[in-house]
Amino acid sequence: MKRGIFIWVILGFFFLSFGFTQVGFAKNKIIIGFTVSQTGKLNAESKEQFNGLSLWKSYVNKQGGIYVKELHKRLPVEFKYYDDESSKDRVQQLYVRLITQDHADFLISPYSSGLTASAAIIAEQYEKIMLAIGAASDSIFSKGYTHTFQIYTPASRYLTGALDLLKAQDPGAKKVAIIFEQSNFAKAVATAAKNYAEKHGFKLVLFESYAKGTTDFTSFLNKIAEKKPDAVIGGGHFSDGETFAKQLFEQKMRIKLVSLLVAPAVPKFAEIGKAALYVTAPSQWEPKAQFTQNTAKKLGLPWFGVSANWFVKNYSKLYGETPGYHAAGGFVAGLVIQKAIEDAGSLKSNKVKKALEAMDLMTFYGRIKFDKGKYYGRQLGHEMVYLQWQNKGGKLVKQVIWPKGAESAKFIYPYYKKFK
Amino acid sequence: MKKRYTLFWLIPLIVGISLIPVVTNSVIYRETVFLILMYITLAVSLNIILGYTGYVSFGHIVFYGIGGYTSFYLMYKWGIHLIIAMIIGGIVSALVALIVGEAVLKLRGAIFAIATIGINEAIKSLVTNLPFLGGATGMFFNFKIYKTYGGASKAIWFAYYLMVIVTIVTLIASYLIKNSKFGYGLFAIREDEDAATVLGVNTKRFKSIAYAVSAFFPGLVGAIFFFKAGNIEPEDAFHLVKSIEMIFMVMLGGFGTLSGPPIGALLYERLKGVLLVNPLFKNLHMAIAGFVLLIIILFAPGGIVGSLRNKFKKLRGLLE
Amino acid sequence: MEGWLAAIINGILLGLVYGLAAIGLNLIWGVMNVINLSHGAFIALGMFCAYFLFHLAGINPFFAMILILIIGILLGMISYFIVLHRVLDAPELSTLLSTYSLSLIIIGLGTFIFTTNPRAIDIGLGSIKILGIYLPISKILTGLFSVLFTLLLYVFLYKTWTGKAIRAVSINRSAAEFMGVNSTFILSLSFGIGIGLAMVAGCLIAAIFPFTILSGAVYELKSFVICVLGGLGSPIGALIGGLILGLLENLFALKIPVGYIPFIEFVILVIILLVKPTGLITKR
Repeated sequence: MKRGIFIWVILGFFFLSFGFTQVGFAKNKIIIGFTVSQTGKLNAESKEQFNGLSLWKSYVNKQGGIYVKELHKRLPVEFKYYDDESSKDRVQQLYVRLITQDHADFLISPYSSGLTASAAIIAEQYEKIMLAIGAASDSIFSKGYTHTFQIYTPASRYLTGALDLLKAQDPGAKKVAIIFEQSNFAKAVATAAKNYAEKHGFKLVLFESYAKGTTDFTSFLNKIAEKKPDAVIGGGHFSDGETFAKQLFEQKMRIKLVSLLVAPAVPKFAEIGKAALYVTAPSQWEPKAQFTQNTAKKLGLPWFGVSANWFVKNYSKLYGETPGYHAAGGFVAGLVIQKAIEDAGSLKSNKVKKALEAMDLMTFYGRIKFDKGKYYGRQLGHEMVYLQWQNKGGKLVKQVIWPKGAESAKFIYPYYKKFK
Repeated sequence: MKKRYTLFWLIPLIVGISLIPVVTNSVIYRETVFLILMYITLAVSLNIILGYTGYVSFGHIVFYGIGGYTSFYLMYKWGIHLIIAMIIGGIVSALVALIVGEAVLKLRGAIFAIATIGINEAIKSLVTNLPFLGGATGMFFNFKIYKTYGGASKAIWFAYYLMVIVTIVTLIASYLIKNSKFGYGLFAIREDEDAATVLGVNTKRFKSIAYAVSAFFPGLVGAIFFFKAGNIEPEDAFHLVKSIEMIFMVMLGGFGTLSGPPIGALLYERLKGVLLVNPLFKNLHMAIAGFVLLIIILFAPGGIVGSLRNKFKKLRGLLE
Repeated sequence: MEGWLAAIINGILLGLVYGLAAIGLNLIWGVMNVINLSHGAFIALGMFCAYFLFHLAGINPFFAMILILIIGILLGMISYFIVLHRVLDAPELSTLLSTYSLSLIIIGLGTFIFTTNPRAIDIGLGSIKILGIYLPISKILTGLFSVLFTLLLYVFLYKTWTGKAIRAVSINRSAAEFMGVNSTFILSLSFGIGIGLAMVAGCLIAAIFPFTILSGAVYELKSFVICVLGGLGSPIGALIGGLILGLLENLFALKIPVGYIPFIEFVILVIILLVKPTGLITKR
């Protein structure tokens, strides 16, 4: 008797866990499906993105939703999301679930490039449009996917601005050291920077990667110092970037330009104090970047969505902190879907796809335009802005210093000025 | 000869589960069952070196990664068909196990465990630095590779059926080993290696073969998984946590038994699947897994099957 | 030349930090023949303790360390009874897995409570220039404390009654019991001290490097290498192993791409395990 019940309980649990399939409803909402990296290494960045996206949802739902011409009404937006554990195991399972069980109309990518590529197969298979935020790698966009659209500036154009910045400021500074974390994203960015540097007359004195999770860069910095570079660019993610900047400062290295990925763009970077001063970083977006309706008018582009001020104000009010570019990316992804649906007048993938192909507009985040041909879906219109940490009234603040026209303050050069 | 009925219900159960997605034509079930089959195969293979031979391979995931990378590279660079690439992947894994095993199997107990972790980390670091394997970026398939298999949808179903076959083959292999002279030798090694040597068991050769066999199947699994995922990166291929999950599944189900690892894998995958999509528990699944593992180690080291065998002696024929 | 000098000095400093991280693992491994797979989790726990004591109570990590040591010893002793007591004499797989399950519980709860957001403590002590190289003062202090703890541990193990009891139990448990030693208490105390040292290491490391709840894992892996390099059971062994590792990392960094260093470290680990599993420098 006992053993019978025991076995039935286990079997019962097993079969029940498959869940029940949902019955279809009449279309009364737009479902956007995605996974979030709530556990594992990518947790912090992914959360900010999610916050930005959520702010957009409440913004659009306050207006009653998105207007779909085909259905003659406004439909509110609803999210369906799961934790992908920053791991490739479940990503495809979860996206299949989002599409077939949760009936998502549109998808947003997982946070990293690897996960996005796996999800892209599913999106492609079911012909569901997926917006890629977080994934900045170019590699996904030359692999023949025709339903994935990138919001971020791709890796190939990430650090190239730093070299432009250097050349414009000091044409004689030629020696560059490129260092990067052993991760997909950092390697892609560094390799692209290397090619760009070599093409534009810079001298690459060092091109080397470091292991993930490195906390002590002292020996690496020694090696870099020996090569006497004018500029040190690269990095990886927040922790290593922050530590690198801190230790570079501790060693009082006489570098002219320091440009690191991710870390200096995060407000928290200020916690390293003086070490942060004059460090620059590429950023997908900064609160101080001046993309306004005027910018749109000057370029002859349509303007869409909220202003930067609105975004910063409402995000800060809701989440108690200034938004970074992950949050902006999340919000803009929402705006892009909204505009594409409005332009297409339909929720059908093939029509919305055409709207995305034709899209060329200006938002608070910058220009949005997608590539065609070999790199279908890659972000073409958006450029990185460069920020620099400067002293303003005794406090450390981020200023936008590049490109010219979007700057909020003048670029301070060289980095080692602060050691005097 | 004791009557052995385990395979009589185990194989039909696996086949039955595998048929659910086919019968319902549900992609979502397919995804779930795919993961279950993957875990079962990994657990059953690990059981051969861990449960039968008593050697705690903590870094066993390395063979999954080696098989995955070998197979992916062959398909990526030379367009080789999945089945062939997969088999080569498995063979390469087994070869690596043979070579590495020559040295490492001389170690015992916890030292062996640490050494296997070292091997996994070393190979992960090596692959991360090798440009022709994509380095840290890994390798990404072009979507049109799936055309050879009739499109992405057919390709993934193909991978699924392949996985079903691999799982069943692994189970049968595990059964055959367990009930062979070779298997008895392995158990002798587990119980008391020195006594086994004295009794004439060629412990060195047996261990090597067991290690190689236990490496072959994860190699196959890696090949299939990364084909389906469309890209491979060092972090996923050599993910140490997965190694631990494999050990967990074997322990949960009952190490050294035939039906234990599949049951452990099944329960673990379902538990994880349920917890992850539940808003309350999803952040706690790691802590819960740790707690369950602790309970098993402390109070039921034989796992589910082990405990059932102890309590219900009549079931032993069924629950090997 | 200056490069080499800098590498050696930094290697020593870093090595002292590594040694500190490994002492706890080394002690437990040597005394109980248990490889504590929760070592990294407790290092991470120590890091967070230091973080909260600093940010909420303004206590500098170099002072908080005493409190954290005590907390660690208590936590360790409790943990001993939960995860080790029942399985100490069982096959090695049991202690490996039971300590690993403890790690899962700590890291799982930790991720839930703290998320994986990186944290840092900036005490702002600055750096000083020695021999033309800038060295952060907090790193120097940590190095000094590492040596201090090693010496204290050595004195404790060899000069105090309790310490001798610990060594007695590790050499021959029944004989020690026969001599009136409460082996259960001693074992739990040993584990407690090991955990306490791990948490202290975390506390001091947090003062130098940023961290997340997952940072302990890196130090745990390095601690394996260190214990094997330096020899088990001997407090000096951990320090020596740490120094070797620190120097290796820094010297190799000068000549080969730094990305290859983990590969080299793990190959060294495997080779030493094959050649001399009890460590390069054995006391027994």
